[in-house]
Amino acid sequence: MPTDILMPALSPTMEEGTLAKWLVAEGDDISSGDVIAEIETDKATMEVEAVDEGKLGKILIAAGTENVPVNTPIATILEDGEDASAAPVSAKAPEVAAPAETISATQTASTATTAPAAIIAPDTSVPEGTTMISTTVREALRDAMAEEMRADDNVFLMGEEVAEYQGAYKISQGLLEEFGDRRVIDTPITEHGFAGIGTGAAFAGLKPIVEFMTWNFAMQAIDHIINSAAKTLYMSGGQMGCPIVFRGANGAAARVAAQHSQCYSAWYAHVPGLKVVAPYTAADAKGLLKAAIRDPNPVLVLENEILYGQSFDVPEMDDWTVPIGKAKVVREGDDVTIVSFSRGMTYALEAASRLADEGINAEVIDLRSLRPLDTATVIESVKKTNRLVTVEEAWPICSIGSEICQQVTAQAFDYLDAPPTKVSGADVPMPYAANLEKLALPSAEDVIAAVKQVSYKN
Amino acid sequence: MTAGAPTAVASAHATNGEAPPPTPFTKEEDLHAYREMLLIRRFEEKAGQLYGMGHIGGFCHLYIGQEAVVVGMQMAIAEGDQVITAYREHGHMLATGMDPKGVMAELTGRKGGYSRGKGGSMHMFSKTKAFYGGHGIVGAQVPLGAGLAFANKYRGDGKVSLTYFGEGAANQGQVYETFNMASLWKLPVIFIIENNRYAMGTAVERSAALSEEMYARGAAFGIPGEQVDGMDVRAVRAAGEKAAAHARSGEGPYVLEMKTYRYRGHSMSDPAKYRTREEVTQTREERDPIERVRVRLMRDHDMSEDELKGMDKTIRATVNESAEFAQNDPEPDPSELWTDVTVEA
Repeated sequence: MPTDILMPALSPTMEEGTLAKWLVAEGDDISSGDVIAEIETDKATMEVEAVDEGKLGKILIAAGTENVPVNTPIATILEDGEDASAAPVSAKAPEVAAPAETISATQTASTATTAPAAIIAPDTSVPEGTTMISTTVREALRDAMAEEMRADDNVFLMGEEVAEYQGAYKISQGLLEEFGDRRVIDTPITEHGFAGIGTGAAFAGLKPIVEFMTWNFAMQAIDHIINSAAKTLYMSGGQMGCPIVFRGANGAAARVAAQHSQCYSAWYAHVPGLKVVAPYTAADAKGLLKAAIRDPNPVLVLENEILYGQSFDVPEMDDWTVPIGKAKVVREGDDVTIVSFSRGMTYALEAASRLADEGINAEVIDLRSLRPLDTATVIESVKKTNRLVTVEEAWPICSIGSEICQQVTAQAFDYLDAPPTKVSGADVPMPYAANLEKLALPSAEDVIAAVKQVSYKN
Repeated sequence: MTAGAPTAVASAHATNGEAPPPTPFTKEEDLHAYREMLLIRRFEEKAGQLYGMGHIGGFCHLYIGQEAVVVGMQMAIAEGDQVITAYREHGHMLATGMDPKGVMAELTGRKGGYSRGKGGSMHMFSKTKAFYGGHGIVGAQVPLGAGLAFANKYRGDGKVSLTYFGEGAANQGQVYETFNMASLWKLPVIFIIENNRYAMGTAVERSAALSEEMYARGAAFGIPGEQVDGMDVRAVRAAGEKAAAHARSGEGPYVLEMKTYRYRGHSMSDPAKYRTREEVTQTREERDPIERVRVRLMRDHDMSEDELKGMDKTIRATVNESAEFAQNDPEPDPSELWTDVTVEA
């Protein structure tokens, strides 16, 4: 029986990839450990090693094929005495089809969540007729940094693996080449130290962009973010500002468990002296990061690893910025207001789309900025819909949702027809097991249930 | 030399990490040092008095005894070089030329204070005097100071960052993260360890491994270090000049361990029971940095007792004026509560 070689998952979040190149040919003898192919993910080109020994039978996926789902058979290995023509590939077809179906189901779901471009209301700040370019969040962030670095020599990027490695998540791809090692600086793994050095450089008037590989590691540096960067302007009576950007992946990734899956939205939104943004779309990621770099204050950009590879329309403009502190109504509706940010928007938008099929028209607001928090936009919407559901991946206690619910209750109490409801991550450290992880994160179903609850339609 | 210390730094402290004997000061230099140190001492004495009277609140850490460190270092550096330290910083501010009135008014929490009354004793800044604080978290100023040096190198402006911290802060992890990056990137920074022997109540022997060789703390990172008599302003200046030249020439950071002593408690509320009265008295009598200059001024520079008393009188008048201002200046306007949280973009 030939053995299938399956398309491997090369990162926690990889769902598909490009089979870039075969390094072996049909009929070659291969041993375990041999490099047999190169696979491109959205982050990197990786080599695939053979696990089994034998003769390469049939190549099932040709070099250059894009979007090959993880676990798709890409070739077969023959045992002694078998030959490629005798390989019962067709007999394997049902088995092959099974994972393929699973994958495509996932893809459908992810298409539904990554296609909000069609749903999202056009941005009024984009001039009519502007060309829109489909861009990943990853590219949008890179473009934002590159544009600001071209415009201002005081802007530089520092962090772990940002230069030669091109970014642990490939956000800084190409920046070292364009700007050199004076302005794109690899640091040792010392968050506390380099956050302090970045903050000191900002006191001296430079405009550092400090990348944390993820915000989980910024816990090592939180003293400088809060005590040094956020408070010094006030403590100095306005003399010493700190024009710095701290950015990186925030929130749950996939199957990386408790210490690598935490949303810091409420932690930092709590702190006077900071500004905090958490974009969902590529256009907002680009526009908000550019605004953050120009802002004379410390601005924290909470990105999301799962969103890095997703594509959205970004306006092709010389200088696209998004104002910090302005929420956006991305879907209009009269029946209920759903407020979310970052990856929570995927659940909010999918829920709104499915609720529409049931005749419930949800208004969806993307907060985009968490400090300052644009409560006015939320309150205006609630005055129209009279119902509120907040959606986020963070823990529920003292969360952004908690704050929104309190503000709405205080400022629009008479407009509410039901108590506001929060949809959030479960109040537990993130578990590793796939089923438990899924249970710990919110879903579109949770949002739909919450909307029905506040609509008394259970 | 410590056993195992890399030979790469051996030449930097060939005489057991001790600086060479300092060149004598001219009369003008001794006068300058005397005036500057006396201003700090009289200012701190007055601050202690105002604290006792209830005019200054919270924490108040006095610099009395350590004056030669900051005054000697200021004599060693160039205009524009930055200074950053922790919360025992009144002396550093006066030595960088900040106005005693503005410092004292900040201590009393008045609107004329350097931080408009919002920072207090531990948090003051002056961009025009290149004084970058005034930081309340032990050790945090070390990477911040290296960040100033990073900016100097980035701009190629030839400035050097003087980053002060105590021997207690020298045990913080972020200090070594900073040593590593500062050496790796050859940042123009002088790390000045003000070893006053006590981290609050804990004697250096009880908190620091190899406490006699704090100057060697950068050795693992290839940072040269020297131990300096921090009670001798001439020794401080000489070591400071050498370190500044090293940093400015692009060779990277330098560590100076200043052996000094604080006469008062850690803060005004510290009864200092962890050391004997005799220890304090003996240090004051035998090593006092100001007395050493006073003796030289009279012995080597023909100054009379009366002339020196006259200087003291002038300095006391300046300090009294600052205290007067600090007590009469109004408190900040209530509207100030809400200003300076963020810069309007």
